[in-house]
Amino acid sequence: MQFILATTGLALLGEPSTSTWIILTGITVNAACALLGCFLILRKMSMMGDAISHAVLPGLVVAFVLSGSRSIVPMFVGAVIAGLITTFMTQSLHQYLRVPSDASMGIVFTAMFAIGVVLVKQFSGGLHFDIGCVYEGALEYVPFGTRVAGMPRQLFSSLIVLLLNLTVLILLWKELKLSAFDPALATTMGFSATTMHYLLMILVSITTVASFEAVGSILVVAMLIVPASTAHLLSDRLGWMVFISVLIGAASAVLGFWAATYWDTSISGMMTVVAGCLYAVAVLTSPKYGLISSVQRNVRMSLLVLRDDVLSMLYRLEELKSRKHFSLAETSSAVGGGMLARLAVFQLQRTGSIELVENRLQLTEQGRDSARQLVRSHRLWETYLVEQLGMPLDHVHEPAHRVEHYIDENIQKKLASELDIADQDPHGRQIPE
Amino acid sequence: MISLSLSDKVMLGTALLGGMAGVVGSFAVLRGRALIGDMLAHAALPGVCLAFLITGNRDLLGLSLGALATGLVAIAVVTVILRWTRTKEDAAIGIVLSTFFGAGVVLLSVVQKPTTGGNKAGLHSYLFGEPGGMLTSDILILAVVSMFVLAIVVLCYKEFLIVCFDSGFAQSQGWPTMWLDLAMMSALAVVTIVGLPIVGVILMAAMIILPAATARFWTNRLSMMLLVSGGVGAAAGLMGTQLGRGYPAGAAIVLTASFLFLISLLFAPQRGLIAKLLVEYRLRRRVADEHLLRTLFELSEAHLPELPVISLETVREYRHWNSLERVLQRAHEEELIENKEGQVQLTQYGLRRAAKVTKAHRMWELYLMEYANIAPDHVDRDADDVEHLLPETLLVELEQELAAEGRLPKIASEVPESPHKLTPETS
Repeated sequence: MQFILATTGLALLGEPSTSTWIILTGITVNAACALLGCFLILRKMSMMGDAISHAVLPGLVVAFVLSGSRSIVPMFVGAVIAGLITTFMTQSLHQYLRVPSDASMGIVFTAMFAIGVVLVKQFSGGLHFDIGCVYEGALEYVPFGTRVAGMPRQLFSSLIVLLLNLTVLILLWKELKLSAFDPALATTMGFSATTMHYLLMILVSITTVASFEAVGSILVVAMLIVPASTAHLLSDRLGWMVFISVLIGAASAVLGFWAATYWDTSISGMMTVVAGCLYAVAVLTSPKYGLISSVQRNVRMSLLVLRDDVLSMLYRLEELKSRKHFSLAETSSAVGGGMLARLAVFQLQRTGSIELVENRLQLTEQGRDSARQLVRSHRLWETYLVEQLGMPLDHVHEPAHRVEHYIDENIQKKLASELDIADQDPHGRQIPE
Repeated sequence: MISLSLSDKVMLGTALLGGMAGVVGSFAVLRGRALIGDMLAHAALPGVCLAFLITGNRDLLGLSLGALATGLVAIAVVTVILRWTRTKEDAAIGIVLSTFFGAGVVLLSVVQKPTTGGNKAGLHSYLFGEPGGMLTSDILILAVVSMFVLAIVVLCYKEFLIVCFDSGFAQSQGWPTMWLDLAMMSALAVVTIVGLPIVGVILMAAMIILPAATARFWTNRLSMMLLVSGGVGAAAGLMGTQLGRGYPAGAAIVLTASFLFLISLLFAPQRGLIAKLLVEYRLRRRVADEHLLRTLFELSEAHLPELPVISLETVREYRHWNSLERVLQRAHEEELIENKEGQVQLTQYGLRRAAKVTKAHRMWELYLMEYANIAPDHVDRDADDVEHLLPETLLVELEQELAAEGRLPKIASEVPESPHKLTPETS
């Protein structure tokens, strides 16, 4: 899609502006990373992205020294070999020598990186190499470098990688999906999860190298993990997750560029920060897994329980013909007190289930109906527990108190039909109709 | 005041750092939090930049406090993500690491602007390490921090031990595992941040993991592990700076540590690669030897007490062999068999050994049939798996148990009859 965008952009607008090139490069890199990231986080291997992006360093240096050029093909080869070595050693250390998996990853990639640093020092005579550049990238300079096929070299190489990732993903979708969710099943079904793992790591190595020069390793690591994790909070389907993560990657590129230009700071740094912020937003507002929605769910549930408690308490008072009367404040403190309890009483008043008569709360006709149903559920369940499950009398109130809110009319009917005595609870009280 | 030459200072400093990293790293590795060091090292960058922007100078203490602050915030954020979202630990660490580092890069570009009067060099050394610039005051800071870390470890040794190996049990015993965890993390954070300007971000992460993983190969006791790990870290610091002159010091130290790790990986007594391969090789050899004896016994069984001459062809067809020649050779050297010209015969000594091996096999078969209800045609394989590992005492016990139940065949004082039909494996 980006390719079409770029070429049509060229055709329609002529030579794009500097910022268009930068944004396009950012979008391409981020999309390529996000595609892979989904599988990394599902396989709980997010840190492999971090590890490989550091471990390819010696591969790059050796490739440069042997080929004598900085063209992209030897770099890819060097990176893939280094990536495979890292993957293999990490796995072997963990499987055969029982080094904890995170520690083995940490050992291998830091050692590889150290070798890389030493090699750089050894050969730095002819090598232009700036460690800071590896971290931060040089997105700012992308439009001013050499051109391939009419676009900046970095954009071209990351575009190729994006297409490569996309192709592999489409061709091996089923296999990748299965081995991400259930590697054992995948292996028993005949496509080896280990092969998929190595394939994924090869792609990560290639993507890392293609993206390095443009955006720096830190953005690669971020884009592998953060958009995919964000998408994971927003969707339960892999297809959607991949799609959303690509969108988020692209959004981080655009917003990050915009913010970086506004404040005049590092572009790739800003893209990372934007991606992190988008993740934070998803943590807060995801409809299903967000903090806000889960707090909302909890509050709603508490209110329901509190309302039910108030109703059934008032019903029992009526039933006992008690002379005790409850004011507003007394009622809410009787069901636990606090703001939520007061809110629950207020809600009941507003819906006309209870009313305040001479400073004491009473059930209205409508409230009495719902309270009767609640008490019926409660007592049916108590009876069921004693009669069918043989639980002792003094142990049934608590469980019944918990489930009474969930027993609807259907379950009531079912319970009643299974009970021998369906009009009296085990404490000898009448079960209301 | 003792005056030290620069190289002495560097050596002392890196050794102190390595030792400390080894001690706190042990807890991190055992607790499955090896990569937290990596995260802390990255998360320090924004703190360093902020501290610089606020104080306006490059005082090590100020920068370190800034780094510590953001490091602790990073730990808190990871804890929150793990507690409240569906994001897994690895992804949480990755997210925090990259986002904080990205923020650091952004702040760094602010610091570099001419208007704030900063310049890149001072802060960059924080990222990539510059042990050459060590001052006596830095050594003092390192020494103070080491004392502090050691004090924590000594005071909370028992608590850390229990949290590391069985946090569920610790919790059930009423230990405040969360606070203990936090104490371990804080010690880790302090060491990481003190070490950053010396070896740099990535290699600091290595200093946390490598000595601990190395020590784990040599011992199963936490106290020993702490000592070994601290020792390895200190040695890596000393040797790395000594041997690696002319190379980036951080990389040299880490490569030295990696070398020590590699040595341990190969040569450590129980967990090392060579020891493991050796054990495996010995077992395989013993299994093959015992298989030969049992095969010969089963082939001779019908003719006992005569010892028949068996053709090698028959032996070869009786079961799968990987290197029959060598097995025969070994048996011959131990005078278990006579073999010549494609024929083989048990010696008297060989017969006794073979009877013992076969007995173990058949006892276990009987036991499996009696107590594990495994069908007679399945027990052969299962017995094959364990017969070589059965200790003598267990065999006696098996025999007594079967005898007590009256299930021990009469001739079992010798070798019980095979509970299934004997057929060549290869047929």
